[in-house]
Amino acid sequence: MFTLSQVSKHYQDKAALAGVDLSIAPGRTTVLIGPSGCGKSTLLRLLIGLGEPDSGQLDFDGQPLRASTLPAQRLRMGYVIQQGGLFPHLKAGENVVLMARHLGWSDQRIQERLDLLARLTHFPADGLERYPNELSGGQNQRVALMRALMLDPEVLLLDEPLGALDPMIRFELQEDLKEVFQALGKTVVLVTHDLAEATFFGHSIVLMRAGRILQIGTLEEMVAAPAEPFVEQFIRAQRSHLLNGGGV
Amino acid sequence: MRRWPLGVLVLIVFGLMLGGCARSEDEVVIGSKKFTESVILGEMLTALAQTTGRPVLHRASLGGTRILFNALQAGEIDAYVEYTGTLSHEIMARETAVSPAELRAWLADRGIALVGSLGFQNNYALGMPEAEASDLAIHTLSDLKAHPELRFRFGSEFMERSDGWPGLRERYGLPQQDVRGVEHELAYRALGAGEADVTELYTTDAEIAYYGLRTLDDDLGYFPRYDAVLLLRADLGQRAPSVRAALERSLGLIDVGEMVALNAAVKIEGEGEAQAARDFLRVKLGLASEVSSDGLLARLARHSLEHLMLVGVSLTAAICVAVPLGVLAAYRRRLGQVVLSTVGILQTIPALALLVFMIPLFGIGAGPALVALFLYSLLPIVRNTHAGITGIPVALRESAQALGLPAAARLRRIELPLALPMILAGIKTAAVINVGAATLGALVGAGGYGQPILTGIRLDNTALILEGAIPSALFALVTQWLFERAERAVVPRGIRGRSG
Repeated sequence: MFTLSQVSKHYQDKAALAGVDLSIAPGRTTVLIGPSGCGKSTLLRLLIGLGEPDSGQLDFDGQPLRASTLPAQRLRMGYVIQQGGLFPHLKAGENVVLMARHLGWSDQRIQERLDLLARLTHFPADGLERYPNELSGGQNQRVALMRALMLDPEVLLLDEPLGALDPMIRFELQEDLKEVFQALGKTVVLVTHDLAEATFFGHSIVLMRAGRILQIGTLEEMVAAPAEPFVEQFIRAQRSHLLNGGGV
Repeated sequence: MRRWPLGVLVLIVFGLMLGGCARSEDEVVIGSKKFTESVILGEMLTALAQTTGRPVLHRASLGGTRILFNALQAGEIDAYVEYTGTLSHEIMARETAVSPAELRAWLADRGIALVGSLGFQNNYALGMPEAEASDLAIHTLSDLKAHPELRFRFGSEFMERSDGWPGLRERYGLPQQDVRGVEHELAYRALGAGEADVTELYTTDAEIAYYGLRTLDDDLGYFPRYDAVLLLRADLGQRAPSVRAALERSLGLIDVGEMVALNAAVKIEGEGEAQAARDFLRVKLGLASEVSSDGLLARLARHSLEHLMLVGVSLTAAICVAVPLGVLAAYRRRLGQVVLSTVGILQTIPALALLVFMIPLFGIGAGPALVALFLYSLLPIVRNTHAGITGIPVALRESAQALGLPAAARLRRIELPLALPMILAGIKTAAVINVGAATLGALVGAGGYGQPILTGIRLDNTALILEGAIPSALFALVTQWLFERAERAVVPRGIRGRSG
């Protein structure tokens, strides 16, 4: 679905991505993981066109992302960020249907889609009439997910969607998210810094450090054959963290 | 549906602005400055012009010499009474005296006819209580030399101006030592209470009659002459010969004692200027005419309507221009700096100067006031629109992009609504400032609450000042209240109170 070859990106002379090669398979969940500043969020932002590679080639379904084609290409992607990015002046429901309205969908089509998504994400119907600041953090993320899914995109891009939630809500939403991914069979790219979460969601885990991809595979593969000492280190650190009961 | 109201509003605004400075061909317009004597003389010219049966408008109490003169030159008014000293010093900006012939020629070059003197001068002079002056046998300034013990009290400006006391003392060789600068009004009172002997005055001051003062003769001709002269548009003779002839009846009509009495009737006895002027014409020329005057409620209604028009039109125009400018400034950072500094500089131009600049372009009346108020309203709205849009969190901006909304839709559906509380706050600020600033419109004949305020200040009449000040304050409060209501109505609950 996405093909990156030798993609680099700099922010103020600092390399955020340094020659990344990656192919993201359709219909599967790919998780980008790594320590802070490893370039995983930058990579995700390039996928939705919030920034262009300084060098290298990035194709979406065989086509590069260009300013002229970007609006149409974005309609095929859904994007969720950490704090939801919901528009505070619009009610939850209005946030969800904003783009569909702009595209001129009929009321009936919008309503049907909205009902379906609310069921899918276990979002209470009366919550749609509330403003984001009247909803909990978890509910905000459910609304953000509905908004991303409204146009039934082929791709879902999530940037630490659960990062700002407290553990109980996070656990519940993790389950629901996985259910949604499985039910819809979409291409999902998810960024997290949490290995347990990555393992929980990912068909394939992309471990990054300092703007480079260190290893791609499942957790088992990484444990069995770490590509670099850092891979082993990263896994060990996260596991001991888990064993010490330090939250997910 | 979304687009046409803006275009229509702009058209209405410009229509009203043009309407504010257009006038019918037939109408004769008399002007006067914002001091009592000038208004009385303006009323007198008005009454004389009305004898021809033509419609006559008196633009009373305009802001000052510059405004009147520019208006006459631009043909916004047809006639007013000016003083020769003012013409040579302020308009021609000459240091030394100008001969009458030179003055006439200079004015003629500018399409203005100096027709002649009304019969009195309004000069600087020194005065002292009549009884004391006659005891000491003082008639002229030279006579003062023999009385070094006299106590002189002068207004502070007269004390310091080189053509005031310092020059006067030198010219006449005056020996007095007890000379102090005080508030001019207090100098009169001190004379009345016997605590001072001599003060400076204008030869037509109402106080001369009230305090029983003798005006001392300037026997060495030290003070410049301020002959009251009738100025007309040179073309008035062809356009309306009967009006010119009627106005010329004022020549030589009023001597200095009569002018003092007229000023006293208005300033001290509280008679209306129009009444005083017409009473005088009845006695001197046998002219019978009625003063049309409104009751308090009618005046209030008229001033309110004028004020509402000034504020409403200028604010609407400012919103139509300032919001797009603010958006532009937010999108183009370089251009934005230019826009923000330009509207900032506009704000620093003093109101009176701005009004004077506007007269050649927009005439007398609502035109220049509307333009000035429009310009003053820009800054708060532009700045708040700019701040409202640039203050939107990056995450929200990017979320709108990531959804695939095109730029125009992002602006309309996301950015403007999010900036709305800030924009409304800017408009509210502009509106409240505007209500206050609109009172200055009276300086250029735009009417509104400023008119009773100016007249009240001129006549030292508190009731009149309040007649303008109270409604103006209420107007500002109501405006503020309405905007707060509007804010509650149009700003969604989700972002209310975030930038309050």
